[in-house]
Amino acid sequence: MEHFTPVSALLGGALIGLSAVLLLWFNGRIAGISGIMSGLMATDGGNRQWRVAFLTGMLLGGAAGQLLMPDPILFRTDYPTALIIAGGFLVGFGTRLGNGCTSGHGICGIALGSKRSIVATLVFMATGLLTVFIMRHIVGLGA
Amino acid sequence: MNTILLALIAGTLFGLGMVVSQMVNPDKVLAFLDVAGNWDPSLILVMVGALAVAALGFYWVRKRGRPLLDSRFYFTSKTRIDPPLLIGAALFGIGWGMAGYCPGPVVTSLALGNREALIMIASLYVGFLVADRFGRKG
Repeated sequence: MEHFTPVSALLGGALIGLSAVLLLWFNGRIAGISGIMSGLMATDGGNRQWRVAFLTGMLLGGAAGQLLMPDPILFRTDYPTALIIAGGFLVGFGTRLGNGCTSGHGICGIALGSKRSIVATLVFMATGLLTVFIMRHIVGLGA
Repeated sequence: MNTILLALIAGTLFGLGMVVSQMVNPDKVLAFLDVAGNWDPSLILVMVGALAVAALGFYWVRKRGRPLLDSRFYFTSKTRIDPPLLIGAALFGIGWGMAGYCPGPVVTSLALGNREALIMIASLYVGFLVADRFGRKG
């Protein structure tokens, strides 16, 4: 795997931005993935369909991307499952409590000039960096 | 064009962007978060690319007053920087660092045959439910 990939990073980022613009322009909705996922749990069921469609699209786009990429992405196979389970729980709990994740706050919220989103993004970046520092350089896990 | 089809198209672009930027790969994300190791700044440029397009696009879209297929924009009514926002963001960051996935990549990676994704998504939904039950109001 090439380490720093500036061109594909900018291009991929632009595609994510374009997706967010289309969703707001046509549907008036925010492309925040944690919000789209948690909205599926709503009992009124009124806007479940577009959420399912968006998530289905992500799978289609992901599969198409994997076919188009010069080097298919190979996933790690030896990562501790406990970290996935605990991390998944905290990602779910935290994004629900804080109303957003990397896409909702980090991209859409900041692009809308929301102070809440700027603060949230700084906070989750800081705790993410700190967590990896502790895991890799102090505890020696998951490196 | 209806909202369902548009959401499918927008989701497809999103998933494509996740793979093109390689953000579906948790090794790549953790290499960004590991500033004290062999640091990979790619994620910053993903944000730059996405923010450049979204900021300009959102500015133009908002000037139009309403979306094409709905009567209003669904923006949050929340404006306060309050404890749930700060605690939620802090916990999300810890989970992100532990697993190497945030919600977008983990959903997309399902389509790439990633075995961790199902476990992570199940666990993430447990987190949603617990937050609804004990933490979140309104």
